[in-house]
Amino acid sequence: MVAFNINGKRVSVNAEPDTPLLWAIREHLKLTGTKYGCGAGLCGACTVHVNGKAVRSCQTALYEVDGARVTTIEGLSPDSSHPLQRAWISEQVPQCGYCQSGQIMKAAELLKRNPKPSRDQIVAHMNGNICRCGTYTRIVAAIQRASREV
Amino acid sequence: MTDLERGTHQGAGPQGAGPQGSGPGISRRGFLGGTAGLTFVVAYGAKGLSLISVAQAKAAGREVGAWVRITPDDSITIITPAAEMGQGSMTGVPVALAEELDADWDKVTLEMAPADPETYGYTRGGRKSMGIYGSLAVRSYYHQMRIVGAQVRKVLLQAAAREWGVDPVELTTEPSVVVHAASNRRMSYGEIAAFAEVPAKMPDVAKRELKKKAQFRLIGKPVPRHDIPDKVNGRAQFSIDVQLPGMVYASTVHSPVQLAEPKSWNEAEIAALPGVIGTVALDRGVAIVADTFEHVLAARDALEVDWAKGAAAEGYDSQEALDRTYAAIAEDQGAASKTIKETGDVDAAFATAAKTYKADFRSDYGYHAQMEPLNGVARFNDGGDRVEIWEGTQAPGRSRQMIAKALGFTPDQVIHHQQYMGGGFGRRSITDYTIEAALIARAIKRPVKMIWTREEDIAYGMFRPQTLQCLEAALDKNGRIAGWRHCVVGDGGRLTYSGIKIDLYYGIANQHIEQRGISHGIRLKHWRAVAHPFNIFAIEGLVDEMAAEQGIDPLEFRRQRMALTAKARRVFDAVERMSDWHAKRPEGRALGLSVTERSGSLGAGVVEISLDRRSGKIRVHKVWAAIDGGTIVQPEMARHNVESGIIYGLSSVLKERITIQNGIVEQSNFHDYEVLRMSEAPEELHVEFVERDTKPTGIGEIGNPFVAAAVANAFHALTGKRLYHMPFTPDRVLQALEA
Repeated sequence: MVAFNINGKRVSVNAEPDTPLLWAIREHLKLTGTKYGCGAGLCGACTVHVNGKAVRSCQTALYEVDGARVTTIEGLSPDSSHPLQRAWISEQVPQCGYCQSGQIMKAAELLKRNPKPSRDQIVAHMNGNICRCGTYTRIVAAIQRASREV
Repeated sequence: MTDLERGTHQGAGPQGAGPQGSGPGISRRGFLGGTAGLTFVVAYGAKGLSLISVAQAKAAGREVGAWVRITPDDSITIITPAAEMGQGSMTGVPVALAEELDADWDKVTLEMAPADPETYGYTRGGRKSMGIYGSLAVRSYYHQMRIVGAQVRKVLLQAAAREWGVDPVELTTEPSVVVHAASNRRMSYGEIAAFAEVPAKMPDVAKRELKKKAQFRLIGKPVPRHDIPDKVNGRAQFSIDVQLPGMVYASTVHSPVQLAEPKSWNEAEIAALPGVIGTVALDRGVAIVADTFEHVLAARDALEVDWAKGAAAEGYDSQEALDRTYAAIAEDQGAASKTIKETGDVDAAFATAAKTYKADFRSDYGYHAQMEPLNGVARFNDGGDRVEIWEGTQAPGRSRQMIAKALGFTPDQVIHHQQYMGGGFGRRSITDYTIEAALIARAIKRPVKMIWTREEDIAYGMFRPQTLQCLEAALDKNGRIAGWRHCVVGDGGRLTYSGIKIDLYYGIANQHIEQRGISHGIRLKHWRAVAHPFNIFAIEGLVDEMAAEQGIDPLEFRRQRMALTAKARRVFDAVERMSDWHAKRPEGRALGLSVTERSGSLGAGVVEISLDRRSGKIRVHKVWAAIDGGTIVQPEMARHNVESGIIYGLSSVLKERITIQNGIVEQSNFHDYEVLRMSEAPEELHVEFVERDTKPTGIGEIGNPFVAAAVANAFHALTGKRLYHMPFTPDRVLQALEA
C-alpha cells in the first residue's frame, strides 16, 4: 500500500511497491488521461508531475511517490483553463491526441521554470516527447502563445 | 423506435463504467434524451445515402438508423459516420450536412455512428463500407451529406410555411433560423421541431438545389474540431482507457518468428505467479491474463514458449533479400511478373532513343508506430452469445464481421463501441488485436482489456514492404521523355505498386510498368499512402537525375520534357512561387523538388535542407507543399493533415527502418525504431491549396509520398551525390558522400 496525493486528493494504492506509477494511475486510480506509449521512457506519453517535476510515470516506481504530490493532466486545471490547454485549443494542436497529455504536462513544467522560453529552449525541453501525428510545429506555437499570456 | 435505439445505444460509452472520459460515441445529450423534437432517419437507397421516413423504410423493408435530431431547445445532433484517428473526419464529414441544413454549428453535437455500413456506409466498388482509409472519408461522404442536410432543411421550411400559411419559396434560412422576410417573421429550428413532424415521404433534393460556393457558411471556413477540447484535458476516451466492472487484463505474446504456432509453455509456473488468472492459447500466440496489468507484465517476462517450427519467415534475412534476391528477380527474364500498365511501344522508344537513363532504388520495411499500442476491450453477456467490443478501428463494419467470424457468431451478436484511435495510419483497418481480446474474454469468462506492449506491437507488426525499384527512361531526339520502364520487386502484391502510375502528372506515350512478387511470410499492411512513398521516391529520383544530366533546372525539365498535365502545371507553378524556387539559398542549403498524386489529389513539394557532413545527418529546414485536393471542406483541418503527412514522411525518409534477421524483427521500441522528434522537425511548413471547385479528393495521404524524392534531390543539389536507398540514415549518407 502506497499513499500519496494526486491532483489534490489523498489516495492509497494497493499494489506492489515496484509497480510502475503509470499503471497505478491509469488502472488503479482510473485516471486514464496519462497514456502508455512505450513503457521504456522513450516517448513521453506518460509524463506526469511529481512534486512539480515532470517525470515518466512508466519509469517511476510506485514506492518513489510515497507521500509525494502527483499531478496528472486531469489535475492541471479543473476546467481546461490552464494557459497551455487554452493555447492548445487555439492552435488546434491535437490530431489523434494520444500523446498530448504528456506534451502538455512536459510543457507546463517548462513554463513554470521559464515563463518566456526561446524557441530553442522549447525544442530542447520538449524533444523527448514523440508526436507521431507530427504536430511539433503547432506545439511550439502553442507554447509560445501560452508564454505570451502568462 | 427499436431501429432508433439500435442506432444509438451502440454508440454509447461503456455501460456501468461511470462518467469517465468521453469517447467519440458519447454525446452530451443522448440521441433519445428528449421525447419532443424531430428525429430524421437515414436509409440506404438506390442513389446512396438519403433520408427517408420510417414509414418509407418499413414499406421498402429497409433498416434505418437515426441520423439527425433537432430538439425544441435548438440543439442539433448529427450522427457522424467517420472514424476519428486524428485526421478530423468526424468533424469534416458532418460539416457538409450542417452546411446544407444551414445549422448553427455552435448548436451541433456529434455522435459516432454504430458499426453498421448497411445504414451508415458509403458505396465503393458496389459495396457499402465505413472504412476510413485511403483518404476516403470526406470525399466519399461529401455529396451524400449535403443531400441529407438539404432534405432536413426542406422539411423545416415546409413546416414553417404551413404554420405561417405562406409559400415555402418565400422562405430563407439563417443559421438554425427560418426567415420570412416579407412579414419579418423568424422561427428557430428548435421552435419548428417542437410542433413539426417528419413527413411520411421525405422530400427529394436535386443537385442544382444545393448551395453555391458563395453561399457557404461552413464549407471552406474554419470550424473548430469537435474532438480537440477533450484531447487537452485527458477526457478523450481511447479503447485502452475503457474501464469495466470486474475487468481483468491481458497481453499476448507472439512468436518472435512471425506466425509460428505455440506448442507448449510453462503454464503451471505462470499460473502460480502473483495475480495471474491463467494463460489462453491462441492460434498465433499465448495470452497471459491477470488481475492487474503490472501482473500481466511481470508474467510476460517469465513466459517461455516452445514455438512450432516451419513458419514461412524462419531464417529470413531481409537485407540479404533486398541486396541480392530482389536484384536477381529483377534481372530474371523468366520471373513471374504482373503488368500494371502497358501503353505504346516501349521497346521501340528505347531502340530509337537519343539517350537512355537507368537507376535502381531501394526502400526498407516501415512500421506504423501509431502512438496507442494496439488493444481492445471485450465483454460477453452471461449467456455467452453476445459480445460487446470497445476498440478504435478504421473499418468498424469489417471489424464487426471479423470478430463475429472468429467467434462463430453473426455480426448481430457483436455490439461495437467505436473509440478514438491513438493513430491509425492504415494499421487499424485490420482488427486482429481485438479478435484476440474477444477470444481471451470468452475463454476466461471475464471482461478483458487486452494490450499489446510496444515491443509486441513492433515484433508482430504488419509492415510496409521493402522494395527494389528498377527504372529506365528514354529521351527522344527532341530531349522529351518518350519511353518509361518501371519494375517494382517486393512482397505484398498491391501493397507494392500503388502510386506507380504517372499519368496524373506526366504524359509519356510509351510505358511498361510491372510488379514482381516474392513471399517472405512477414505480415504486411497498408501504411500511410501504401506504396506511394517508395514508388514516388524512385520516379521523382530518376526525373531529377535526368534533369541534372541534361543541365536543366528540375522544374523547367518537367515543364519542357515531361508533358505535364494541366493539373500538374498548376501545383508546380504554385510551389515555384511559394518556395521562391529560383532564389539563391544561404550557403550550405539546397532545394529539392518532387510531385505526387494520391487518392485523386495532386501535390508538389519543395524542401530546403542542410547537411552535417561529419555525422551524415540531413536536416530539413523548410517545406513548401502546393496541393490540389478539389474543394477543401475544412482548410484548417486539411492543412493540419498535410503537415502531419509531411512529418510522417520525413520521419520515414530520414530514420525509420525495420530489418528482419533469422526470421526475427530486429527492432523493439523507440530506441531502435526511431521516429522524428521535435528537434528534427522543419522550422517552417507551408501548405497551400490550389483552389478549385471540383469535388473533394483525398487529403490524409497527400503529404508524405513526395518527401523522399524531394530530400534526395535536395541532397544531390547540395552535394552532387545521389541517395538510392531510403531511409537516408547517417551511415548511408556518409557512404553516398564517399561514392
